[in-house]
Amino acid sequence: MNKILLIIQREYLSRVRKKSFLIATILVPLLFIGMYALIFYMALNNTEPVTQVFVVDESGFMANELKNTEQLTFISSNDPVAKIKQNITSSKAEHRSVLLVIPKDVATKQEVELYDTEKKGIGTLNHIEEQLNNILKSKALKEAGVDIQVIDNIKPNIHVNSKELTLEGEKESSVGAAVGISFVLSILIYISLFLYGSQVMRGIIEEKSNRIIEVIISSVKPFQLMMGKIVGIGLVGLTQFILWIILSLGFMVTATTLLTPKAGHVQQTTAFPNQEQVQEVEETAPKTADIIKHIKTLDYKSIITFFLVYFIGGYLTYSALFAIVGSAVDSETETQQFMLPIIMPLLFTYMLSFSVLINNPHGSLAFWLSMIPFTSPIGMLVRIPFGVPAWQLILSITLLILGFLCTTYIAARVYRVGILMYGKKASYKEIIKWFNYKG
Amino acid sequence: MRSLFLSWVIEITKKCISLANPVTKDLISCLNINRSTYMLTVNHITKQYAQHKALDDVSIQIEKGSIFGLLGPNGAGKTSLIRIITQITAPDTGHIEFNSEPLAPKHIGQIGYLPEERGLYKKMKVGDQLLYLAQLKGLEKEEAKRQIRHWFEKMDMRSWWDKKVEDLSKGMQQKVQFVATVIHQPVLLILDEPFSGFDPVNVDTIKREILELNQSGTTIIFSTHRMESVEELCDHIALINKSRKILDGKLDQIKNNYRENKFSVTYFGQQNLPENNLFIVENEKVNQGTTTLTIRIREGITINDVLSFLIPLVPIQGLKEIIPSIHDIFVREVTKQVSSLAL
Repeated sequence: MNKILLIIQREYLSRVRKKSFLIATILVPLLFIGMYALIFYMALNNTEPVTQVFVVDESGFMANELKNTEQLTFISSNDPVAKIKQNITSSKAEHRSVLLVIPKDVATKQEVELYDTEKKGIGTLNHIEEQLNNILKSKALKEAGVDIQVIDNIKPNIHVNSKELTLEGEKESSVGAAVGISFVLSILIYISLFLYGSQVMRGIIEEKSNRIIEVIISSVKPFQLMMGKIVGIGLVGLTQFILWIILSLGFMVTATTLLTPKAGHVQQTTAFPNQEQVQEVEETAPKTADIIKHIKTLDYKSIITFFLVYFIGGYLTYSALFAIVGSAVDSETETQQFMLPIIMPLLFTYMLSFSVLINNPHGSLAFWLSMIPFTSPIGMLVRIPFGVPAWQLILSITLLILGFLCTTYIAARVYRVGILMYGKKASYKEIIKWFNYKG
Repeated sequence: MRSLFLSWVIEITKKCISLANPVTKDLISCLNINRSTYMLTVNHITKQYAQHKALDDVSIQIEKGSIFGLLGPNGAGKTSLIRIITQITAPDTGHIEFNSEPLAPKHIGQIGYLPEERGLYKKMKVGDQLLYLAQLKGLEKEEAKRQIRHWFEKMDMRSWWDKKVEDLSKGMQQKVQFVATVIHQPVLLILDEPFSGFDPVNVDTIKREILELNQSGTTIIFSTHRMESVEELCDHIALINKSRKILDGKLDQIKNNYRENKFSVTYFGQQNLPENNLFIVENEKVNQGTTTLTIRIREGITINDVLSFLIPLVPIQGLKEIIPSIHDIFVREVTKQVSSLAL
C-alpha cells in the first residue's frame, strides 16, 4: 500500500509543480469569461458601417415612411434610375451606396428591387424588408380604419417563468441556464478525460522508452505502478477542476456585478426608434438578468457533485484504456490507430446531446446513453438538469463503477506484459495475447 | 542417538528462549547464520515463452560474499534468469531460494538490480529521483537522504542534487544509475553489463566500488560480455547458452581444467635448442635480439625441470604459463555445444 502512495505522490507532484499547470489553472477560467464577455460586447455593438440607400419610389407613398437607422440612411431621389446606378458603380467611396427601387404596384406584386455592388449583410436586407412590410401593413390597416397607435401598443413578449414543483414547495427553476451549464460541463469532461487519459498513456510510453521501467519493476509490482500513475494523474485533474471552480465562481461574481447595470444602460442609449434594435435589447436585458438570477439559484451542490462523480468514474474507466495503449506501443506515433475507438463513444454522445438529448431527455436513447459506462459521463450529465429519478442515477453510477473495475482488470493484465515488450508491432491481436499470458 | 536427542533439546531450548526475549532471538539468529553458505540457489528453473524456450532446467548456487559471473551469448537466457531472480517474471517450473528462504516479495528491498537497458526519468531532479527510487526499495526518507549524501561524497557528485537528469552527460547519468542500484545497501547485487557507457576512468571507479561492496559482504552477480572484467573480478562463473547451463565452477578450477601445460619462453639470442624429451616446441617467434618459443611440457615434467635444462644453454629473459583466457574458454564451450547440438 505504501508503495502505491509513493508512486501517487511522485506522479502528482511532478505534474502539479510544472509551470504549465499553474498557467492552465489561471488562464482557462479567464479565457472562458473573456469569451462570454466578448460575445456579450459584440452583441451590443454594431459593427456594420453606415450605408446610403437611394430610394426611387414609384408608388409614391413608401419613401417618406422609411426611417433611418444607425446603419441605413434613406435618401429619396428623383434622378433617373440609370444615372443613380452609374453613380453608385463609379463611386470611389469605401462603402458604396445601394439603390432601392419601389415599383408602382408594390402592394400587389410584393416585390422591390435592391441594386448593390457588394452584398450587404443579412441584417440590412431583413431590416429593409421589415420596414417595407410594416409600412404596407400600416397603410392597409389605416385604410381598413384601424388606429395604428393601438396596434403599436400591443407588443406581446411573453416570458415563460418555469417553476419547479417539489415536495418543499415551488422552486425557481431555469432549464435554460441548467442546460447551458451542463453543456459546459460535458465539454469539460470530454476534454479532460482525453487530456488526463493521454497523460497516463504518455507517462507509460516515456517509462518504456527511457527504460526506467526495468528499474522500477524490480521494486514494485506492475499493478502498483499502473494504479499509482492513474490515481496520481487523476488527482492532478481534480485539483485543476477544484481550482477552476473556485476561480470561476470568483470571476462570475465580479462579472455579474459589472454586467447587470450595463444591460440597463444600453437600453437608454439606443433612443432611436429602431424597432428591431429596441426589441433586441429589451429582450436581452431581462433575459440576462434572468439568467444571472437563475445561475444563482441553480442547485450548485448537486451539479458539481455529479460532475465530480462522473469525471472520476469516467476518468478511471478511460485511463485504463489509455494505459493499455501506452503499454502496447513503443512511441507516441504508434498510438494513432488506437485513438479512434477510444474517442468514439464520448464524441458520439456529445454530438447527440445538442439535438436528441435536449429535446428528448427521458427517451430511450437518452436513457441508454446515460447507463453505458463509456457514454454515461456525458450522457447522464446532459440529462440531469431535466431531472433524473434516483434509481436511474444509482444504476448509472453502479454500472460506471463496474465499468472501471472491468477495464482496470483488463488493463492490469495487459500492462504487466506490455511494459517489458519492445519492438513488437502493436496490434489488437498482440494485446489479446498479452492479456492471456500466465500471471 | 544421543547426539540426535541433544540437538533436539537444543532446538527446543532455542525456540523457548527466542519466544521469551527478542534480544536473545537476535543472538540465536546469529548462531544460525551459517545454516547456509549460499546467498541464492536457483533450482531447476524452466521458462517458456510463446515461441521460444528461454531457460531449460537451469540450476546455480551462489555463495555468500562471492562475485559470480553469469556469462553467455546474446539470447542465451541470462536476462530471463535475472528477471526471474528479481521477481519481474515468474518461472514455469523450479524455485529459487534467497538466504535459505523461498524467494518472496519481501526480499525486494535486499536485492539491487542494474539492468542492461537502463534509464531514469529525464525531467526529474537527481536528488528527488534517488530519494524516490530508494523509498520504493523500502528505505525510510531520512535514511535515504543520508545514503544519498554518503554516495554523493564518495563519487564526487555533490553538486548534482538539483540537476535534472537530462542535463547530465551519459556517463554522469550512469553514475546516478549505479548509486540508485546500491543505495539501499542490498545484500545481493545484480549487475547486467555495468560498465557499458562508462569511459575508462569511470570504469575504474565503478570497479573499485564493486570490490569495496564485496569486501563489506555484498554478494554480486555480474553479467557481461567483457571477459577482461570477468577475469579480474569473478570468483565463480556459470556459462549459459541456448537456455542451458554448459559450464559452472570456480574460476580458478575452470581455468585449471583448461590448462594445457603450455608455456612461453623468451631468451636472448637466436640459438636453436637441442632436441629433448621435456617439451615440444609449438611455435617460434624471432624478434630483434630475442626468441620466443611456445612450448608444451610433457607429462610428468615440471617447470623446474625445463628451467634446469634451459639455464645452461641460453640467457632467459622470461617464462610464463599460457592459460586460456575466459574469452577462449567461452568460445570453445559455446562452439562445442553448437556442434554437439548439430549432430
